[in-house]
Amino acid sequence: MGLLALFRRTPRTASVAKERLRIIVAQERSTRGGPDYLPLLRRELLEVIRKYVNVDPDAIQINLEREDGQEVLELSVALPGK
Amino acid sequence: MTEIIVVTSGKGGVGKTTTSASIACGLARRGKRVAVLDFDIGLRNLDLIMGCERRVVYDFVNVIQGDCTLKQALIKDKRLETLFVLAASQTRDKDALAPEGVRRVLDELIADGFDYIICDSPAGIEKGAHLAMYYADRAIVVVNPEVSSVRDSDRVLGLLASKTARAERGESPVQEHLLLTRYSPRRVATGEMMSVEDVKEILGIDVLGVIPESQDVLSASNAGTPVILNEDSDVASAYEDAVMRLLGETLPLRFLEEPRKGFFARMFGG
Repeated sequence: MGLLALFRRTPRTASVAKERLRIIVAQERSTRGGPDYLPLLRRELLEVIRKYVNVDPDAIQINLEREDGQEVLELSVALPGK
Repeated sequence: MTEIIVVTSGKGGVGKTTTSASIACGLARRGKRVAVLDFDIGLRNLDLIMGCERRVVYDFVNVIQGDCTLKQALIKDKRLETLFVLAASQTRDKDALAPEGVRRVLDELIADGFDYIICDSPAGIEKGAHLAMYYADRAIVVVNPEVSSVRDSDRVLGLLASKTARAERGESPVQEHLLLTRYSPRRVATGEMMSVEDVKEILGIDVLGVIPESQDVLSASNAGTPVILNEDSDVASAYEDAVMRLLGETLPLRFLEEPRKGFFARMFGG
């Protein structure tokens, strides 16, 4: 780092990278191990719901859980406040 | 007991082959019998990094197809007595490598008394990468502190947990280690690059080592001498630490801070 570098503003983007990764990794892990159609199902559900309510892409959570040999597909949609 | 270690990453160009070569050399230097196997069928490169490209007669696929014996195909390292290289085939037929064939080669190496088998994985998550990790006991996941590399590594961690022999048989899981490469302490200090703590927190696995960004890596590959053998290099020391940790030692991480420069260097760059 030379003298000039002191005056140049370095963008502190590492924290942005970390936050973006934290979110995408958590999302990808939640669908991992499940059937391959989960991401597509999520996208199509989002499209249908958006016909009626303007929800955020992040507002839909799909989880596949195994309980006592049964698989439960859990869908949660956070609706925007009025 | 033979330990099978896969060096993998998902993303290409992060330092898998550099790492495979250096870890293999480091273990061999500690007196271990080591075989390092190139799984990148069609894109042979480990031989170049190891500096034995002109001594390749037979390759991995030749052994599997019975064109030669494993002994004939293993290239003995000229520097280290107990180190052997198995080159990847240049064939474009990716199906030439099949799980049963790979298992036979591994079993023969195990019967031969090798202490470590290092599997250098190709990039991606296709067949070659799958085979490289399939029989592994441990995995070194090579990551650059950069978004696409970290995300791909997480995909690979998912595969290690589900698509390996250990996972399929319900045995104890593949032991995962994070190796951060091309680390620039200066850029971490200025907030331009994610720190080792950041990456560790996202991926949630233990850190085997942090390898600083350095011109020594290119020089080493130019010369065909694994960088761990360059005694003057911080990269070599960082790899040496990683080898010791693989062998069970607890060592503090080094090279996480920028080397101190003199007054002139700081003022005028350099």
